[in-house]
Amino acid sequence: MAKVLMKGNEAIGAAAIKAGCKYFFGYPITPQNELPEYMSREMPKVGGVFLQAESEVAAINMVYGAAGAGARVMTSSSSPGIALKQEGITYIAGAELPCVIVNIVRGGPGLGGIQPAQSDYNQVTRGGGNGDYKLLVYAPANLQEMVDLMQEAFDAADYYRNPVMMVGDGMIGQMMEPIEFKESKSRFELPNKDWSTVGTKGARKPNIINSLALDPAELEKHNHKLQAKYDLMKANEVKYETYNMENAEVVIVAYGTTSRIVRNAIIDLKEQGVHVGLIRPITLWPFPEKAFDEVPADCKSLLSVEMSMGQMVDDIKIASNGRWPVSFYGRCGGMIPTPEAVMDKVKELVGGAK
Amino acid sequence: MLNEKVICAGFGGQGVMLIGQLISYAGMLEGKEVSWLPSYGPEMRGGTANCSVMVSERTIGSPVITNDATTAIVMNLPSLDKFENDIAAKGNILINSSLIEKKATRSDIVAYYVPANEIAGELGNSRVANMVMLGAYLELTKTVEVDSVMKALNKIFGEGKAHLLDVNRAALEKGAKAIKA
Amino acid sequence: MSVVFQKTKGLTDKQTHYCPGCTHGIIHRLVAEVLEELDVLGETIGVAPVGCSVLAYEYFNCDMQEASHGRAPAVATGIKRVHPDKVVFTYQGDGDLASIGTAEIVHVAHRGEKITTIFVNNAIYGMTGGQMAPTTLIGQKATTAPLGRTVEHSGMPLRVSEMLSTIHGAAFVERVSVDSPANIRKAKKAIKEAFECQLAGKGFSIVEVLSTCPTNWGFTPIDALKWLQDNLIPYYPLGNFRRPEEVK
Repeated sequence: MAKVLMKGNEAIGAAAIKAGCKYFFGYPITPQNELPEYMSREMPKVGGVFLQAESEVAAINMVYGAAGAGARVMTSSSSPGIALKQEGITYIAGAELPCVIVNIVRGGPGLGGIQPAQSDYNQVTRGGGNGDYKLLVYAPANLQEMVDLMQEAFDAADYYRNPVMMVGDGMIGQMMEPIEFKESKSRFELPNKDWSTVGTKGARKPNIINSLALDPAELEKHNHKLQAKYDLMKANEVKYETYNMENAEVVIVAYGTTSRIVRNAIIDLKEQGVHVGLIRPITLWPFPEKAFDEVPADCKSLLSVEMSMGQMVDDIKIASNGRWPVSFYGRCGGMIPTPEAVMDKVKELVGGAK
Repeated sequence: MLNEKVICAGFGGQGVMLIGQLISYAGMLEGKEVSWLPSYGPEMRGGTANCSVMVSERTIGSPVITNDATTAIVMNLPSLDKFENDIAAKGNILINSSLIEKKATRSDIVAYYVPANEIAGELGNSRVANMVMLGAYLELTKTVEVDSVMKALNKIFGEGKAHLLDVNRAALEKGAKAIKA
Repeated sequence: MSVVFQKTKGLTDKQTHYCPGCTHGIIHRLVAEVLEELDVLGETIGVAPVGCSVLAYEYFNCDMQEASHGRAPAVATGIKRVHPDKVVFTYQGDGDLASIGTAEIVHVAHRGEKITTIFVNNAIYGMTGGQMAPTTLIGQKATTAPLGRTVEHSGMPLRVSEMLSTIHGAAFVERVSVDSPANIRKAKKAIKEAFECQLAGKGFSIVEVLSTCPTNWGFTPIDALKWLQDNLIPYYPLGNFRRPEEVK
């Protein structure tokens, strides 16, 4: 198929519909508004349903109902809206329902701003709501990758019966880039949704969608079952990219938009004789711990570059397990790191320019 | 190696987002790497609008322009004031002299003055001032072909606005002439 | 020997957890009988709330989803939009519907969502131990209103049926009570009409059922029924507020 030039938010919608998403429940919030707007135009054309809910809370609970009724369903929001959705997300995780949640991250805390940020790292990787649960979290770096991952996001949600989050930021949502919608085959063998509530037709016992278990022993058992699922996701769903790791004096860890900026800095640094590697997590959870085995033993430092105050640093420290010092450079509140600033930080770590 | 970083800026409604999209779209049609990044937020509603466009032969890292624009196209005074300092040394600034009386203040960039609204007025359609500026830009930098831009415009306009293609092409040509003169 | 009475197929054999004298059991049975009589049990998906009837999914003999507190109408919306040909209902108490879930109930009515809500109003939070609800009467004692509710502190009790009947998409709104055999028969008739309204695609339908809570009111079951008659019904008048013919 020929390339098309599309805005990120609209490309997400197009990719979701292509992945078989038929139901979308949303609520307006900047900078993701083009996504629900796109869905309101396009969903009816494929026999699907777009509905603007009265709140993010209602939207995520509509997702719960639709997912429990066996549908491929999606919602989207931005940081404070995702915070509101957390109640529904933990119920969805607890009831083991599949859905895709798009988070076009903006600066916080509170109402924050509307410019790009990555300060939802903890909100999306630590569960966010109550209880022990995990989301599979993708953080693509460009629109093509976002589009390519969408089919996988829906398939993984169905396969694991787990909510999947697609994390972008204001820049990913708002920018236009050429995109090619490729045909892809699912790598999952998807089970029938024989657990869904579609009416018994008098032919079977009722199906129940539920996250309540008043018996502690039963609830503990349920948690063990969930944990086994998360372990399976950890074993099978990690995605990352490494770049320029050979002889790297410093290895930068960056994801999404920030990784693009970092890559520019790495190319320019190379021209100046400074070798810098990149670990780019594509899944934020599970975090790509294995990638750190590629870091040269004599690497001077790991450097986390983020559009937040260093929320990813803990994961880098856990993954690197004391093998290298971990430094941090970040901007926040909607400010975007410049390649120059990243280069300066690297030079500081390697002891000045060569 | 082609590595254009263009800022298009003006009032909302002047069509600066569109000319940015046209440069990106045309670049894509020519097989180049492109990106288009708008400013967004409350200022879009009637205030100033701007977008950052990249056209490159290598993969685009950050789509953000930070003090390294190769060209700025400014359609109104606030945009001149805001973006003049974001241009790299030896870069270009195209100024809509119909609405901006002020001159560029930097001496390490090259300024071009295009009376875009007057030229558009001569064409009988004041709304194509943006295309006049785009024509001037294309003539100056040769980033993409005029034909590619027209193909892109054709796609964006669709059948409903097909009758406007001729006046837009005329605006591109007049803009090109204005910068040659 | 001929069979003169049988439990409805609409209920499972599970023994309910409701307190002695609580009227939830009666309301469950009425809903289940109606679903059976309309022959839609196999096509029905119910949504249970948070509150005393949180375990309703164990009692209704149809597919069920358990919603978070107050969100049953949103969950039901999701189900109904996926399966517009199925029967979808929510079963909610007054804490769930009239307090934490006001946005969801107002907007499910506002959209004219073709679902049915059974709203059990006993003027108190039962499950959590007798706290004040928006529906608690003036002077009525609750564990969070130990001296009784006052207007100055908490306002007047919320009349949900009256409020919802101002909304265009609410096609059927009726308040009933289960304090006497006659009223129970009327309640069942209203519940049936509400589901018929859904089946006819007329819009949102709700039946508010005045109910007792002997445990948290601190009465015997019989005194609780009398208290309902003497106090709840005068403030929450029974009757129909909207039916499809009146929907313009």
